[in-house]
Amino acid sequence: MKKLIALVLLVAPLAVHAEGVKLEKAPVNFENKASLQRGAKIFANYCLSCHSADAVRYNKLEGIGLTEDQIAQNLMFAASKVGSRMTVAINPADAAKWFGVAPPDLSLATRAYGANWIYTYLQSFYRDDSRPTGWNNTVFKNVAMPFPLWQQQGVQKLVVEDVKGANGKMEKVDHLVLATHGTMTRVQYQAMVGDLVNYLDWVSKPNKATREKTGIFVLLFLAVLLIPAYYLKKEYWKDIH
Amino acid sequence: MVNDKEVDRGKRRFLLAATTAMGGVAAVGVAIPFVASMWPSARAKAAGAPVVVDVSKVEPGMQITVPWRGKPVWFLHRTPEMLSTLQLHNGRLRDPDSNDPQQPPYCKNPTRSIKPEYMVVVGICTHLGCVPSFVPQINPPGVPHPWEGGYHCPCHGSLYDLAARVFKDVPAPLNMVVPPHKYLSDKVIKVGEDA
Amino acid sequence: MSTKNGFLNWVDERFPLTATWKQHLSEYYAPKNFNFWYFFGSLALLVLVNQIVTGIFLTMNYKPDANLAFASVAYIMRDVDWGWLIRYMHSTGASMFFIVVYLHMWRGLIYGSGRKPRELIWIFGMLIYVCLMAEAFMGYLLPWGQMSYWGAQVIISLFGALPYVGNTITTWIRGDFVVSDATLNRFFAFHVIAVPLILLCLVVAHLIALHEVGSNNPDGIEIKKHKDPKTGIPLDGIPFHPYYTLKDIVGVVVFLMVFSAIIFFAPTLHGFFLEQNNFLPANPMQTPPEIHPLWYFTPYYAILRAVPNKLMGVILMACAIVVMFFLPWLDRSPAKSIRYKGPIFKFALLVFLVSFFGLAYLGMQEPTPTVTDFSRIFGIGYFGFFLLMPVYSAVDKTKPVPDRVTGHGTSEGPAFVATESVEGVAR
Repeated sequence: MKKLIALVLLVAPLAVHAEGVKLEKAPVNFENKASLQRGAKIFANYCLSCHSADAVRYNKLEGIGLTEDQIAQNLMFAASKVGSRMTVAINPADAAKWFGVAPPDLSLATRAYGANWIYTYLQSFYRDDSRPTGWNNTVFKNVAMPFPLWQQQGVQKLVVEDVKGANGKMEKVDHLVLATHGTMTRVQYQAMVGDLVNYLDWVSKPNKATREKTGIFVLLFLAVLLIPAYYLKKEYWKDIH
Repeated sequence: MVNDKEVDRGKRRFLLAATTAMGGVAAVGVAIPFVASMWPSARAKAAGAPVVVDVSKVEPGMQITVPWRGKPVWFLHRTPEMLSTLQLHNGRLRDPDSNDPQQPPYCKNPTRSIKPEYMVVVGICTHLGCVPSFVPQINPPGVPHPWEGGYHCPCHGSLYDLAARVFKDVPAPLNMVVPPHKYLSDKVIKVGEDA
Repeated sequence: MSTKNGFLNWVDERFPLTATWKQHLSEYYAPKNFNFWYFFGSLALLVLVNQIVTGIFLTMNYKPDANLAFASVAYIMRDVDWGWLIRYMHSTGASMFFIVVYLHMWRGLIYGSGRKPRELIWIFGMLIYVCLMAEAFMGYLLPWGQMSYWGAQVIISLFGALPYVGNTITTWIRGDFVVSDATLNRFFAFHVIAVPLILLCLVVAHLIALHEVGSNNPDGIEIKKHKDPKTGIPLDGIPFHPYYTLKDIVGVVVFLMVFSAIIFFAPTLHGFFLEQNNFLPANPMQTPPEIHPLWYFTPYYAILRAVPNKLMGVILMACAIVVMFFLPWLDRSPAKSIRYKGPIFKFALLVFLVSFFGLAYLGMQEPTPTVTDFSRIFGIGYFGFFLLMPVYSAVDKTKPVPDRVTGHGTSEGPAFVATESVEGVAR
């Protein structure tokens, strides 16, 4: 047992990724269907023009409580069939020319980057005139994407200050300040990004609900199976002296 | 080693039966996802989804082909003359009254269609799956006479009339299949969904 | 009943069905004192079957093509009914295979299972382990994610360290100047048919050799020395079926509970079983910031990185595996089992255990100087355990080995308190 504990202690730190910037916790909750549906709409309006979600079929969104008609009327701007995949018209080669890189596919966005990372990233854009797009990001240095949600969030500026650190030395600390207000308050904007990230996480793991429901059933079944199997073994092993 | 006096045979039999039964259920349970994974996937279902076709641009006497579930579906705009020929050769057909279930019930009629002027049919020969050619002319060369217009299968010579009904004395056993379809409006047909 | 026997006789006259059943199950006499550590052989067999069955169903939808592979995995995960389950069973199964095999090998280590007359069982087992590593490595390329690609790139480049022929060999292995579609396609061929065939043959050889000499046991003594004079059955032996088949079923159910918990509730296991970067498609232009193999290779990876010379690193890494083949001859102790070995051996075993886990941990870290220093220390511990074994096992003071097996499975006498620390996980 001691060894097991030692093993756990040894590997536990690996689970936490050390990152330079502190990530905020994304409000991921697949039970919140209203949030997922708002997120789907935000995604279709602001992301899906450049970013595909190639592995996802529109009708899969029935999983967040939408009907086929709702999907067709509210979310499908580029596709004709509800069974088609969330592709984009943008040519990857053109996109690479315009932005430096082709916009990545977002089917597995939170699997690849983490929900908290995307949540923080979408709140960390700031104005930087030295960049070709005019935008930079504290989480993703020299990001290629121009900030698509600036009208909602407003325009942030990076402010660098000298602050007395814990050890008494002066340290440079930077933080973001809202320079121009957007159409949304800070709380509203956070909620919007929260919905979007919730949706992106769902898109990355669309079968999570089925998976966990099946899992509970399987584990309960095995737990019950263990009873006769154990007593059967015990009964036969009475023979052995 | 084994002391028979101690052995409770009834208990053993019960536990063995219980474990075996549950193990059997587990085996079936494990098999289900594997078997299910071999059904058409979401991609196949999306590709096989109903197709909406506007037939307003199909001139009388003309036919268009639209793929549905990877099969050619014909939309033939029949003229009144074409429709009148359908009565002429009932005696030479295998199944003139469409008794075989090769069409949905709402197409079990002399024209094998919802609206007589439009025939919707899966253009695949019921013999070995070739695609017959459309031969609308009266008594052209290359087909047995008399010929009032119809379809001729290039593979083994099966013959169908303009309601896709098969003639006697050809290899094909059945009339061609009329797929489930319905009219969304006067000239717009959805193939893949029943009326 | 008579028709059943009639049919059985009909078969037996043509194929030794009953004889095979008896030889390997109902009249294969295994020591009656197997404990916890003896579950992992049958569990390894179970995982092997799992990998083969799920693998067959994955190949029905997977496309070994650099342009299609990544998307075909996503297709399996989303569009194929229950495809996600089959894929997670396979990916989790790969890691579980190594877990049960490592525990199985650890059992052999503490009870001296590979020692005379079971050297060939150990050798076959080691060959299975090497095949398994090849299988895992090539299988990991198939999803064509970033880690697949760069993992293959790094490991294939190791062959480049060979003098004179290095570059030629790496190009030949890849079939291209970089890891590419050609590499993916040939790895697919090896992963789905060539290596599994070899693996299956080795498993059969492993079992035939085992059933020829008979199983070892936690006391490390030969049960065949004391046979019932009338029946010729070892006095401490019990038929494998039904006693161990029924016992193994209990082990299987418990194992399946762990297996299912991972599959259904944590299929990536926080990046241990499926790495975060592998959810990004392979990009030959950009290496991910952190690159290390999956956990089961990291001890060797740490040894590789601990050596400043590329060729020496590769050689040492290979030696770390090769040295294990010699284990049956390295141990000079009169006692096979840890139960009767002396304090020096137990200390050496502890050093090995700490070194192995230490290396596994360090192999996942970024290579800072501290990590390298510790890797070297643990590397010395790892090799020291094997290379010094002929010396310390010979001089170590052992306890007298009993004539007959002690206890069976659950109950052990007070004489074994000293071994509690090593066997502690068993209870």
